Amino acid sequence: MDDQNLVLVKNLKIEGLADEKWIPIVNGIDLHLKKGEVLGLIGESGAGKSTIGLAAMGFTREGCRISGGEIYFDGIDLVNADAKTKRSLLGKRIAYVAQSAAAGFNPAHRIIDQHTEGPVQHRVMSVQESRNDAIELYRKLQLPSPKEIGFRYPHQVSGGQLQRAMTAMAMSCRPDMIVFDEPTTALDVTTQIEVLSAIRDIVEQFDTAAIYITHDLAVVAQMADRVKVLLKGDQIEEADTVTMLSDPQEEYTKSLWAVRTFKRPTKPMVSSTTTPIVSLKGVNASYGKTPVLENVNFNIHPGRTVAVVGESGSGKSTAARCIVGLLPPTAGDVLFNGIPLPAHYKKRTKQDLQKIQMIYQMADTALNPRKTIFEIIGRPVEFFLGLRGKEKRRRVEELMEQIEMDPMTYIDRLPSELSGGQKQRIGIARALASEPSFIICDEVTSALDQLVAEGILKLLANLQDSFNLSYMFITHDLATVRAIADEVVVMKNGEVIEQGLKDDMFQPPHHPYTELLLSSVPEMDTTWLDTLLESRQVDKTVQNH
Amino acid sequence: MSSIFGIILRRIVLGVLTLFVVSLLIFASVNMLPGDFAQAILGQGATPEAVESIREDLGLNKHPVQRYLDWLGGIIQGDFGVSFAQANFAEYGGTSVELGGIASVADQLAPRFKNTMFLAGVSAAISVPLSVMLGILAALYSNSVFDRAINISTLSSISSPEFFLAYILILFLAVLNPIFPSLSNVYEGMTFWEKLDRTMLPALTLTLIVTAHMMRMTRAAIINLMASPYIEMARLKGTAPLMIIIRHALPNSLAPIINVIALNLAYLITGVVVVEVVFVYPGIGQLFVDSVKVRDIPIVQACCLIFAASYILLNLLADIMTILSNPRLRHPK
Repeated sequence: MDDQNLVLVKNLKIEGLADEKWIPIVNGIDLHLKKGEVLGLIGESGAGKSTIGLAAMGFTREGCRISGGEIYFDGIDLVNADAKTKRSLLGKRIAYVAQSAAAGFNPAHRIIDQHTEGPVQHRVMSVQESRNDAIELYRKLQLPSPKEIGFRYPHQVSGGQLQRAMTAMAMSCRPDMIVFDEPTTALDVTTQIEVLSAIRDIVEQFDTAAIYITHDLAVVAQMADRVKVLLKGDQIEEADTVTMLSDPQEEYTKSLWAVRTFKRPTKPMVSSTTTPIVSLKGVNASYGKTPVLENVNFNIHPGRTVAVVGESGSGKSTAARCIVGLLPPTAGDVLFNGIPLPAHYKKRTKQDLQKIQMIYQMADTALNPRKTIFEIIGRPVEFFLGLRGKEKRRRVEELMEQIEMDPMTYIDRLPSELSGGQKQRIGIARALASEPSFIICDEVTSALDQLVAEGILKLLANLQDSFNLSYMFITHDLATVRAIADEVVVMKNGEVIEQGLKDDMFQPPHHPYTELLLSSVPEMDTTWLDTLLESRQVDKTVQNH
Repeated sequence: MSSIFGIILRRIVLGVLTLFVVSLLIFASVNMLPGDFAQAILGQGATPEAVESIREDLGLNKHPVQRYLDWLGGIIQGDFGVSFAQANFAEYGGTSVELGGIASVADQLAPRFKNTMFLAGVSAAISVPLSVMLGILAALYSNSVFDRAINISTLSSISSPEFFLAYILILFLAVLNPIFPSLSNVYEGMTFWEKLDRTMLPALTLTLIVTAHMMRMTRAAIINLMASPYIEMARLKGTAPLMIIIRHALPNSLAPIINVIALNLAYLITGVVVVEVVFVYPGIGQLFVDSVKVRDIPIVQACCLIFAASYILLNLLADIMTILSNPRLRHPK
């Protein structure tokens, strides 16, 4: 037993229960963590990152079991420890920060009451002491009005603030180690920066060791001293962060480092005389009495891709709902090939509906789990094109070839038998089935791993060339915009802030908000966050003078 | 807070509206029953004149719409009408005189209703805490022997006929071990404890009947939440399993539990005829059945209305409590 290590994991094997069989999901991982050190665990979905992170706390989720190996925390054998021993460590000496703070906080209790639960039950502090300490931590994490914010319920606080409150909660007993499980994945880029810097500062201040789990290389570059790359439960390589970024050894790591290379050439500017395929003219919309869109104007020309970017709540998806007629605008028009469309989809003709299709973010929930692929794609083929029997089958097979999936293998499967990327391809085929001229892609790649996402983007680009499709591409990921867009529309609080050709948008001068968005995208440089925070600090002082 | 008041007010208005519709249905269906009170009381040998005279005195010869409006108008003023069966028809030899010995429906119902509410109250006081507790324990030890034993025993008690359970309880708690009396004839002037003692066996029988439903809903509602991220978070804070359920799962699973409790409480008021008969308990259920037999329409209608009102009221209460249990509604942004 190495005294220097706070956490020591040797040859850890974990199995998961699937279809009543135990299958290996982690195959012999070694891991060590010194006091005050931050280890980054990186890999795509299914790599076993979270499972390993939780196992380092001596915890396995329902349907998982540790089938071999050793886990020591400060010399305590966590594999063989009884539940009571583990409970005395959890929350007190080992803490956890979950991916979604919105889901990780109990909706029924005030934030501060959840904060004090740990210190009180571990007899570290009294309720009053813990409350005062919570307020102090909220102040350190730069939460607004630290004295009051804890007395709100989770739904009354924004996602970024909740994530910081959860970090404060993890700190409540001053643990020796915190496991951060993708703490910024669900956040907007601009919020992500605040949370990242808050986490980093407080971890440094209390000299807490941390395991930082993420799929985002640029994020791990800012946070970790050392990085370990995982793939399907195997360790690929491990090195200190600077070395790992500059000189990765393994092919897989190199491929991860190189994914953001796909970029299609920008198409030339359209002449001003061509009629746009879709055009929003002064569109206003509201949910109930809350206005969400205000005077939105933009055009989408045939055969082109317009990326609509903005943070959550900016109105990107609402604009899409107005175009497809799910949410009738309160003012303004949606024009299709120059002709105004009826506001509500029920009043539109079958041809109108046929020409505008949508692909959704979560292919998982957008596909009916009880229908086979043939039924899912066949339904619009039959409804819009009136094909039946053999003709229908032939058309479905043709569509599946277009999305590069073998009809022989997949046509009779259920969505649950496909991978995430394959499901998204089926979503694309279903949109193509009605032979549309305009497709709205709503965050179609944000739930996918980078390599898979790139495949989807390439497919969409090819389909656009073959069928002269127009895309409205809703995304918050500027790397995706760079890869696929011809034009960009930047939205904020229901208004269009800036729009233009992609190449112009990525060249200075920027609109201040676009600048903020662009500069907030993490870069694969270990000093990026410091430099950025420094420059923003300078900006602030300049403004103040 | 104003939005909560708005929601609750809307529920109350809806409840009143429902009660009105139900009153229409009750009146219509009671009127569709075959037979006639005057015919029934005077028997086979009644002269058409006598029948006609009683009908006239009771207002049975008026148009149904007129009778409904009279009835409804009376109820709104707190007057449920006059019981047919308790009226004195002795003088109806052939010549018509004043209707004597008037007994109002309200006078007849009031003591019976009090008894029914007492029985329901005692049963609820036993069964609700018991089933919520058993549900929590079953969730805590889910899929263990304890969980299965509770499920099997509550399910078998709900599946047995009520009179059977009643006789079993009488056998064990009144005959073999004389702890409680087997006859529950409560009356005015008894002390609370005497009443409680008499009511115990029917209350226990009812407890056996309603526990399974509430207990299983509590268990299911809690287990449903056990995979939530905030439950995992509580585990990772080192919170003990029982505290996780009580502090983190229960407050979020109140809505379905409250609704099932409300349904069962309504059953305790309206569905207890069999138990009342077995224990000779003078509740509203017996009165209802007797009145149907003699076609005492005002009593039947009043009972139906009370049953409907208790269903509506309890569901309304459940709705309001469900709304109040939701922090999003209690504390809007």
